[in-house]
Amino acid sequence: MTVALVILGAMVGAPLRYLADRYVQSQHESVFPWGTFAVNIAGSLVLGFLAQASLGSGTYALLGTGFCGALTTYSTFGYETVRLLETRARFYAVANVVASIVAGLGAAVCGAAIASAIW
Amino acid sequence: MTDFVPIDPDIDLHEPEQRAELRRHPLTVLGTISIGGALGALARYGLGVAFPVPADGFPWTTFSINVAGCVLIGILMVLVTEAWPTQVLVRPFVGVGILGGFTTFSTYVVDIQRLLNHRVPLTALAYLLATAVAAIAAAAAGLRIGRAAVRLKKVIR
Repeated sequence: MTVALVILGAMVGAPLRYLADRYVQSQHESVFPWGTFAVNIAGSLVLGFLAQASLGSGTYALLGTGFCGALTTYSTFGYETVRLLETRARFYAVANVVASIVAGLGAAVCGAAIASAIW
Repeated sequence: MTDFVPIDPDIDLHEPEQRAELRRHPLTVLGTISIGGALGALARYGLGVAFPVPADGFPWTTFSINVAGCVLIGILMVLVTEAWPTQVLVRPFVGVGILGGFTTFSTYVVDIQRLLNHRVPLTALAYLLATAVAAIAAAAAGLRIGRAAVRLKKVIR
């Protein structure tokens, strides 16, 4: 059962990352990978909420392990950072790492605070 | 190496082929990503069950998953742009789907937050830095491996 929920969540999360990334990129011309940044921060907010909320293991498997896990990505984040370094966009590379981690942690803490306020 | 290698491996709208792929084959592209994402997430879930980590311990399982995913995306992106440019579904399936679904940024930050809540700030900091440094080094190594493989293939031919 848990396996099916993880699969179901990921089947939505992964294509949503692709679509969201496309949409965010189409809105600007910057070298900074805003699309990946946006999905990683949004997923961190939701997972921070889920980790704090009392919703049961099935909901966590579906929305946490499946959906948020597939919506967010470390492979894209790591690869983009290297490509930015290679193209001599060093400032963007460092900014990507620092901003993603700081904003991701901030989003997770916000998500947890929202869950604490509800439960 | 002057060939175009995208910055964003999921989707780079600067690349005309990638820009057009969703309009050309919307259901195929999204379905491929969806199935790949499920496979990647399933592998991540399975490894988490097989190698559980205590709540106040260094999250070795997620660390290894994220670093492994970074090596593989580096290799993959060179291969799809230089060795298999006509295989248009390999990047959506393996890169966006499997590797994107396998690796996770949200679990990374929530694990850091959990370690801080368990009052092991040094473990949290070590995990934060080790993952970032190892993942970036891994992606760079993957790119180097991929480029070496493509060069070798050209030499053999």
